[in-house]
Amino acid sequence: MSLTRTQVEGIAHLARLEITEAQMPVYVESLSRIIEFVEQLAAADTAGVEPMAHPLADQVQRLRPDAVSETDQREKFQQNAPSVAAGLYLVPKVIE
Amino acid sequence: MHTLTVSELAAGLRARKFSSLDLTLHFLGRIERLGPELNAFVTVTADRALTDARAADEALAKGEGGPLTGVPVAHKDIFCTDGIRTTCSSKMLSSFVAPYDATVVSRWRAAGTVLLGKTNMDEFAMGSSNETSFFGPVRNPWDHKRVPGGSSGGSAAAVAACIAPAATGTDTGGSIRQPAALTNLTGIKPTYGRVSRYGMIAFASSLDQAGVLARSAEDAALLLEAMSGFDPNDSTSVDRPVPNYAAELNQPLKGLRVGIIREFFGEGLDPAVEKCVRAAIGLLQQEGAVIKDVSLPSLPLSVPTYYVVAPAECSSNLSRFDGVRFGHRCEQPKDLLDLYQRSRGEGFGAEVKRRIMTGTYVLSAGYYDAYYLQAQKCRALIASDFARAFNDVDVVLSPTAPTAAFELGAKTSDPIAMYLNDIYSIAANLAGLPGISIPCGFVNEGGKDLPVGLQLVGPHFGESRLLSVSHQYQRHTDWHKRIAPGYA
Amino acid sequence: MNWETVIGLEIHAQLATRSKIFSGSATAYGAEPNTQANLVDLGYPGVLPVLNGEAVRMAIRFAVATGSKISRRSIFARKNYFYPDLPKGYQISQYERPVVENGSLEIVLEDGTRKTIGITRAHLEEDAGKSLHEDFHGLSGIDLNRAGTPLLEIVSEPDMRSAKEAIAYLKKIHTLVRYLEICDGNMQEGSFRCDANVSVRPVGQAEFGTRAEIKNVNSFRFVERAINYEVERQIELLEGGGKVKQETRLYDADKGETRSMRSKEEANDYRYFPDPDLLPLVIDEATIEQVRATMPELPDEKAARFVRDHGLSEYDAGVLTSSRELAGYYETVVRKLGGHAKLAANWVMGDLSGALNKDALDIGQSRVSADAFAGLLARIQDNTISGKIAKEVFEAMWSDGKGADEIIEAKGLRQITDTSAIESAIDDVMAKNPGQLADYRSGKDKLFGFFVGQVMKATGGKANPAQLNDLLKRKLAG
Repeated sequence: MSLTRTQVEGIAHLARLEITEAQMPVYVESLSRIIEFVEQLAAADTAGVEPMAHPLADQVQRLRPDAVSETDQREKFQQNAPSVAAGLYLVPKVIE
Repeated sequence: MHTLTVSELAAGLRARKFSSLDLTLHFLGRIERLGPELNAFVTVTADRALTDARAADEALAKGEGGPLTGVPVAHKDIFCTDGIRTTCSSKMLSSFVAPYDATVVSRWRAAGTVLLGKTNMDEFAMGSSNETSFFGPVRNPWDHKRVPGGSSGGSAAAVAACIAPAATGTDTGGSIRQPAALTNLTGIKPTYGRVSRYGMIAFASSLDQAGVLARSAEDAALLLEAMSGFDPNDSTSVDRPVPNYAAELNQPLKGLRVGIIREFFGEGLDPAVEKCVRAAIGLLQQEGAVIKDVSLPSLPLSVPTYYVVAPAECSSNLSRFDGVRFGHRCEQPKDLLDLYQRSRGEGFGAEVKRRIMTGTYVLSAGYYDAYYLQAQKCRALIASDFARAFNDVDVVLSPTAPTAAFELGAKTSDPIAMYLNDIYSIAANLAGLPGISIPCGFVNEGGKDLPVGLQLVGPHFGESRLLSVSHQYQRHTDWHKRIAPGYA
Repeated sequence: MNWETVIGLEIHAQLATRSKIFSGSATAYGAEPNTQANLVDLGYPGVLPVLNGEAVRMAIRFAVATGSKISRRSIFARKNYFYPDLPKGYQISQYERPVVENGSLEIVLEDGTRKTIGITRAHLEEDAGKSLHEDFHGLSGIDLNRAGTPLLEIVSEPDMRSAKEAIAYLKKIHTLVRYLEICDGNMQEGSFRCDANVSVRPVGQAEFGTRAEIKNVNSFRFVERAINYEVERQIELLEGGGKVKQETRLYDADKGETRSMRSKEEANDYRYFPDPDLLPLVIDEATIEQVRATMPELPDEKAARFVRDHGLSEYDAGVLTSSRELAGYYETVVRKLGGHAKLAANWVMGDLSGALNKDALDIGQSRVSADAFAGLLARIQDNTISGKIAKEVFEAMWSDGKGADEIIEAKGLRQITDTSAIESAIDDVMAKNPGQLADYRSGKDKLFGFFVGQVMKATGGKANPAQLNDLLKRKLAG
């Protein structure tokens, strides 16, 4: 299935990716080809097959004891942050 | 000194033939001299290497330390290293300093290794040629016009060029095995869950596994053992004892049942590559292995299955890069949406964006069942094909990649052609199986000898068998001992 | 046209674990911003979630208490969306296979009617951080201390037909989670939050109307007001020929109205898929049995016991079991008092609750302990003081923290039970009021009260009321 430009714009928006005007046709073309390529899966007979989310089928989730193991390392962690003030990460105004 | 294997280096260190400091300075010198032409390193950690080496020498002087104490290594720049820049070869993380060590990094450190630096890779491990790196492509030591494979291309080039004795890699669809094949190395991707993923920047969480790029199966055994084992920080890590791989290398080939995967010797396979692999099969047979033809009829589904599952997981895994807590942030965002769109648009390269969008699409409302869920079912079919095959054989064998190293730029404009390069390696990731690539000959293209690799895949937690088969093969051959011209 | 209201509630109860659901960070409220956010909570590259076993056990407690089905195999999924308080760009939640399904709860309305409300599901998920809108030069500040706090999201069936029913259900869940000690129920701190799905339809119509979701209303009173406002708004809209839009609305407590949330306006596509970093959560019979064995007595069971064994009315039993602490206080009083449940119930619900309300205190913060309170009631019981005097004693206990006996002695409030002393007081009063005496004797019975009052005044209120009654009747009769 070929994707339309509008669809690709919608996907880019959902994924919060800015795609330049010049690059848009390239993505429309390559994404269409990829989607066409993976569409061959539709032909596989998967009736009654349980979807596989995880490679080791017999493994189950391990539970951690409820213990506080962390100390405050805010200063270290915020060294990578582009914009902080008063211990908070700053972003353009959040509107609710 | 640089052409010695890890086991030989370790023996030399213990015998005090040379110090870790001598060794480290020697490799740092080679990195300085030969690194730039290959573009194998993103960050060289010379100070850290010298500190590590001095500590190793002290331990060795006291008669302490293990089999890897004082051996210099490199880490793929996907592993977080405390206090050291960790970039994933992306503009997004080009100035990111990880505040913690990945489990693989701390385990190798605890084993006494010396950190030379962080190696170049495809951006966020998305690529098969190392051409998607923000820091530029890596070149294949066997022919600078050609790619080293990817995504662990920097690690492969560094080890193949003897500027690092061994390196870590990660393998989501072949990213250890394919570059190993293209650069004449032994590369092992263990069973999913064998090595902790903690601190390894995620591409596709259900497929990613860490492993080793080395110059022999014996080295790979030593290094894999040192990074393996249960980690409480990774829910998908398996709590199961780690075998002493090095001690199990001498299992005999006689009686070994080797399945030749019929589907992987068809269209698309370069006849010259096939010839090398067939010769290797002949050798195994000659040494007493039982060769069987096996068919895994769902294998043709692996590439399309992978290109749904991997992008789906990556689209979600990479959402955390939003310009708020770490990573690239655009200049003067006008509002929240602008902050997200431009930070991500500028921070990610073209292939990463393409995969995020593919993944976003296959998970989106109305398409989930047709793509994602169907791919998960196909994944189950592929896994059960392997499970069936392992009732009859101990390992399955195929080429690692359909061709030898291709030229830079040859496939960059055609994502499908690039994706098909992983046609033989992807299935092991989908099924969570261990796989190894070992050198099995050369083809000559444009006057250059280019290495060819063969791949062995075993049942879950069958690493020991893969390593011993490889080691036995390497006892009878010397392909793996050949070093690219100019780097010996 | 007559309209019927249809309400379903989604309750987010923060689970009272020490550490977060997927990391070892503390969950304590009120810490300095981002000091309780570790690498996992911040969504740092490379980190992975590991599930807190206590959060799972708490979900099982809830399931057992509501007769719900516990999924033997449940799955964590990622809900993908971008928001600054959501560090990973996805929330780990449960989607297709929640841990708890198909339960129910009985509510009692003010008029005594009982109604069963279905619980569709309850699932484990992680809380988000907070955006602070105080001005940082036109920017918002993000605090991720709350990110990763375990939540149990409890989703009801659309079974409620009025705001009153919704509140009764909400309070019932609130009581229950505190009994189970899985949530502190603090609505001010956001530990217990509620979204209401509200729609209206013409009476008799089978299908539901279009619903609006009202987000995060942080008190029982506001939930009721928000629902009532929303119902009115929808009816007005429909009667005016308009249509209700399916949307998320925010309750503005200052204006007492709901308004559309701009940020949630665009259609979301959450792209749920199983979280590959977490394996299936498998709960075995042994774990469930372990939880079952440590279940506390639940409010309904406790109330039934109070009715059966203490002889309380259903209403009283309901009030006293509305919180585990209150019920515990009451039961301590009864035990110390050696019975007299009705007296204890009246006093706990009356003067004690009044004093707590006045000072805005919880029962746990009462200035009079259950032991001391039983001491006071014991003095009523043994006729040392009258009920009226007891109120005075209680006030003194409340304000200066002394014991009942001490106050009674110090203030000389011991009741007069000496017949001759009461008789002499009566004689005095009769002598001083010959006119009233004559009127009474000529048939003005109503004056009895006057004489009681006069004698009480003369004795400083300490005359035993029953004795006084008897003696006075006899004396007045002549």
